[in-house]
Order: sequence, then structure tokens, then C-alpha cells
Amino acid sequence: MSLRIDNVTKKFGDHIAVDNLQLEIPEKGLFGFLGGNGAGKTTTFRMILGLLDPTSGEITWNGQKIDYGKSHLIGYLPEERGLYPKLKVKDQLVYLGRLRGMRKNDIEAEMEYWLDRFEIPHYANKKVEELSKGNQQKIQFISAVIHRPSLLILDEPFSGLDPINVEMLKEAVIDLADNGTTIVFSSHQMEHVEEMCENICILRAGKTVVKGNLAKIKQSFGKKNLNIYGDMPFDSLKTMPGVLRYQEVVGGCKLQIENESVSQEILKSLSGKGFLRRFELEEPTLNDIFIEKVGERYE
Amino acid sequence: MNKFFIVLGHTFFTRLKSKSFLFSTAFILLLLTLFANIDTIVHYFMGDDEGKIAVIDETDELYPVLEKALADLDDRLTLEKFDASEEKGKEAVQSGEYDGLLVISYDEAHFPKAVFYENDAVESWNQMTIEQQLQQIKVALATERSGIDEQTLAAIYEPVQFEKVALDETAKTDEELNAARGIVYIMLFVLYMAVIIYGQMIATDVATEKSSRVMEILISSASPITHLFAKIIGIACLGITQMLIIFMYAIWLFKTKGSELADALIEEFGFSVENLALFIYALIFFILGYLLYATIAAMLGSLVSRVEDVQQLTMPLIFLVMIAFFIAMFGLAAPDAKFITITSYIPFFTPMIMFLRIGMLEIPAWEIGLSITVLIATIILFAWLSARIYRGGVLMYGPSRSLKDIKQAFLLTKKEN
Repeated sequence: MSLRIDNVTKKFGDHIAVDNLQLEIPEKGLFGFLGGNGAGKTTTFRMILGLLDPTSGEITWNGQKIDYGKSHLIGYLPEERGLYPKLKVKDQLVYLGRLRGMRKNDIEAEMEYWLDRFEIPHYANKKVEELSKGNQQKIQFISAVIHRPSLLILDEPFSGLDPINVEMLKEAVIDLADNGTTIVFSSHQMEHVEEMCENICILRAGKTVVKGNLAKIKQSFGKKNLNIYGDMPFDSLKTMPGVLRYQEVVGGCKLQIENESVSQEILKSLSGKGFLRRFELEEPTLNDIFIEKVGERYE
Repeated sequence: MNKFFIVLGHTFFTRLKSKSFLFSTAFILLLLTLFANIDTIVHYFMGDDEGKIAVIDETDELYPVLEKALADLDDRLTLEKFDASEEKGKEAVQSGEYDGLLVISYDEAHFPKAVFYENDAVESWNQMTIEQQLQQIKVALATERSGIDEQTLAAIYEPVQFEKVALDETAKTDEELNAARGIVYIMLFVLYMAVIIYGQMIATDVATEKSSRVMEILISSASPITHLFAKIIGIACLGITQMLIIFMYAIWLFKTKGSELADALIEEFGFSVENLALFIYALIFFILGYLLYATIAAMLGSLVSRVEDVQQLTMPLIFLVMIAFFIAMFGLAAPDAKFITITSYIPFFTPMIMFLRIGMLEIPAWEIGLSITVLIATIILFAWLSARIYRGGVLMYGPSRSLKDIKQAFLLTKKEN
């Protein structure tokens, strides 16, 4: 029971948007998709949904191809938000819910729950165009989850939201995952993926750069971050072997080191030189991995 | 299938409740009401236009004759003998006492001639009426003087007897032709309007869904083909509803307005049981014609990213309908022209031209069958093409206005490259 993307390639003319993608997304839980613009995330999502046909390869959900007969099992939040601007929130959700195979009464019950949860029950009879952008996105999110899909695809769900709304939506996403929904999502904000996803995949120009369990990826990445604060000169660390990056901050410095043993060398070299306030060894952030693997800054 | 009806219902009801639908229907009903009451309206506005004309009769003979003629003709125009000088008369017109001054005299040949003074130079109803009556008086005088009696005069003016007999037994009679012409006229006009209005509506609807980006959700729930055809049929239902409302209202209007006008109209347009076959053909060609054009309109709508571009892209389609319409207008006068025969097989023109031929001529069944087959084949071809382009087109954004986009949209759904 999982989403399998098997050797999938998608070409648009001469341009290869997705190149031989091989992924197994386990059932339940959150799976993060990362990649710069044009990396092939949206194209992959569209292929999963069956909006585009892969040039070669196959995508299956629980061993079966995803077609319109299964659309009630699947929820989708597109990157480009889209609702009928002139339609009332309620009519909108009823229409989209019915297209996902729901009955009107069930939709209204679910809608009430979600509108209450997002603290916008009074907008049910407003036209979408009258809502703020943040609230429109909440409606968009509701339209993706109202039919309780077992596979939920969220393309940049948090972009353009203020921090309060991001938290609200994040909680909802985590709740859904805890209740057994398989969620695939892409995000611009690296920290969201880092804090929410167990498994990730980084795409670059249609190719997989890194994939798998996030904790394992971090471990095997080898490089660590080292934060040191104290009353001593840190200049000498700049040229120490094993130090890859050196950044001075107020009262200390932040380093990236080749592996954890380098930290012990550094500790030795610093001892006796002054008062050492903090010395902490950190796992690399996803951002570090991304920069390393993709070779360019993300965003 | 279920989703098909959900989309259909949604398309139908949102459009039905829209202001533009309500206004356009109300507007047409208003026009119909005005049209049915045209007599009353004309009378109401013309009622103000009473004319009092001062007449200086220098012949001392013609005034009573003219007055009698005008009294028989029109009670809105009254003549009044004016005994003062011409100058006084002109002043009276300028002061508004009279609406005009007519000076009648004889010319050298002793025929009536007249000068008419009015405040403005515009050719008025009064002027025309008086001129006509004077002309008749002149004719009467002339015939009388040359000694022609009334009977001879009547014989001269009587139209020649001319009867046409078609030797082909199956050819349509004059009555049938007139009736057919009426039906063909209505059908041409309704189809023309339907394609322009509802085709545009479909293209706009698709473009709206695309520009608001709701399309991506829609086609992830229901297949683009389901969506495309549900939309086309939904708008068709809307069109039928609108036409039914208008039609029912028209019938009610004519019924209550007294049967004279209604009967005349029904006769004129040949609504009778004998024409049932022609009505069925009208229905078939109307449905097929609508499907062909609507399918193409939906495809074009899926290619634009902004609603504003719809007009531009559907222009060629509108031109096509207009060309078909003009060919049909020509065909009404010469239904057996070679040109008409040929165009009746071109699918874009078939619904109008073949129907016209069926109405006006005796067409062998195989010809009708062939043209319908070609038309249906074309519709299927375009439906297939539209469905593919639609599927790709709705995912394509950016300025799109050219044929190149059709190719690109087509390729977007292609599996192998």
C-alpha cells in the first residue's frame, strides 16, 4: 500500500521535465518534495493525478493506476490557487465536493467542521473574491480535503500565508497525516519540510538528487554544524583542516565541519585560550543539504 | 456519468441565475412586447403630429377636391382655406399658427402646381401626403381631358396575369415554397444567433475557469472530456430554456393580441402539420450545427489564459458562421445553384445550406444521408481533437493567441515524443 513512481520520465518536446524518477512513497505520513523552480515537482504531481501522461514509466497507488474512478480518494491543492471568484464559498465547496463523489449533506457537515476549525464560519455565504488571500487559501485547502482523501497532494500549501495561518494549516496537515492520510507536499520553506516530513525527495532539473528518510539523510550527509560562543579569538579556526565554512556572529562563530571528529580537534585547540560559553554540535539543516546537493541557493 | 450531470447542472444553474442571462432574456421579452404593440406605439407617437395646413387656392376650384381627398385618407391632416396674402400666410406659419402653407395654382398646361411652405426643410409626412393627393388629382384631370374613361384606366393599371407551372411532379408548389422559405429563414436566424451567443458563452465559461485556475481542480476530479461535453450540453440546455421562454411568451402575446396578426404570421411562416418533416430536419440540423460549433468554441476557450482574449480567438469561428449565413441568404434566392450544392456538403455550412436545400428543393434521401454522415464524422473528429487540445490547453498559461498553441496543447497530451 503505497504510491509508487516507477521509472517515470516526462518530455515536453526536447525538454525533459522529469527524468527517470523512481520513488516509493510509503502509506500514511508526510512526504516532502523539494526543488527549485522548474525542477519538475508540479509536473510530477500532475502525472500522479493523471492530468499528464508520463512519456514512459508508470505511477501506481496501491498497485493500481490512478484514474478518474479513484478521484474520490485523492485530494489536490494546486500551486496556482483556483476557485470560482464569483461563487459563494458554500456553493463552491458543494460543487467541488460533489465532483469528488460526496453527497450534499455530508459536504455541508464537513464544511462546517473545517470552517469552524479555520475560524471562518461566517464566510460560508460570501463570494470568494470578497475574501482575503489567506482566507481564500483556507477555502482552497478545504476543497482539497473535504472528501477525506486517502492520498493528498499539496503543492506549496503554505506559500503566501501569514505565520498564524501557516500554523493553523500545518496543524491541520499533521492531524490528517496522523489519521492515516498519505500526504505528499512540496514547499518553498525548507523548515516546514524539515519539521514535518519523515521522508523527502530533492529534485533538480527533473532528476532525484537526494531521497529517503530525512534522519538517515542527515546522518549520512556527514557534515555537521558547529556553533561556538566564548571570549577568545576564533580566527585560527578559519584555516583549520576539516572546517568547510566559517561565519562570524556576535560573540562567537558558526562553522560547518567535515565530520563530527573535527569538532573534537577544535575543542582541543580552543582549550585554555579563554572562557568557552557554548559549544554545540548540530545536525546539518535541510538547507545545508539542499545547497550542497543542488549547488545553488534555494530561493 | 454521474459527474457529467454534476458539471452539466452546475453550468446550467449558475448561468441561469446569472444577471446577464436574466437581463438578456428580459430585454428580448421587452422587445417582443414592443413589437406586438407596434400599432399602439406608432399611433401614440404620431398622434402628436397633427397638421393644420393653410391653403391659398389661386385656382378657386381645387381646394374642395383636395380637402375631400385628404379627409378620406387621413384625419390627422386638416386643411383650412386662407384668404389673406401669401406673406401673411408665411407669417402665420412662422408664428406657429399653422404647420404649413400650401399655395395651389395652375401651370401653363392648366395642370395643378403647388408651393409648400414649412418652417424646416425636412421632407415631412405632411408634404408627402399632400404631394401624393395632388398627383392623383392631376392624373384624374389628365385622363378626363384626354377622354379616357375609368374602366379603361382600371384596365391599364391591372397587373398582368402570370402563372407558373412546374413540370416536375415532385417539385414544390408555390405555397410549399413560401412555407419552406419561412421555416428556413427562422432556422437560419436562430442557428446563427445560437452559435454566436451560446458559442461565445461556452468559450467564455471555459476561459473563466481557466483564468481563475479552478480548472486544474476540476480536471483532477472529472475527466476533461466529461467536463467539455457536460459544459457544451449544459449551455445547450440553457439556450433551449431561453428560447422556450421567448417562444412561449411570443405565442401568448400573439394569442392575446387578437388572432389576426398571429394567424397571418403562422401562415406566413408555414407552421402546419404538412411541414412536420421539415421541422424534424430543422431540429436535427440545429442540434448537429450547434454541436459542431460549440465543440470548436470550447476548444478555443481552452487556449486562452485571459477572458479578454476569448473574443479575439473566437473571431474566425464567428466569421465562419457569418459566411454560412450569407451563403444561405444567397441560397434562398437560388437554391439550385451549383455553388449551393457544393457548400451544402462542407460540414461547417451543412446545417444551414443543406437544410435550406431540403426546404426549397426535392433532395434525394442519399444526399441528405451523406451530408449528415459527413457532418457527424466532422463533429466526432472535432470532439476528439477538442478533447485533446482542451486537456492540454487548460494546463497551458501565458499569452496564447495563435495556431502554434493548438499544436503545443496537442503535444502536451501526447505520450510519446
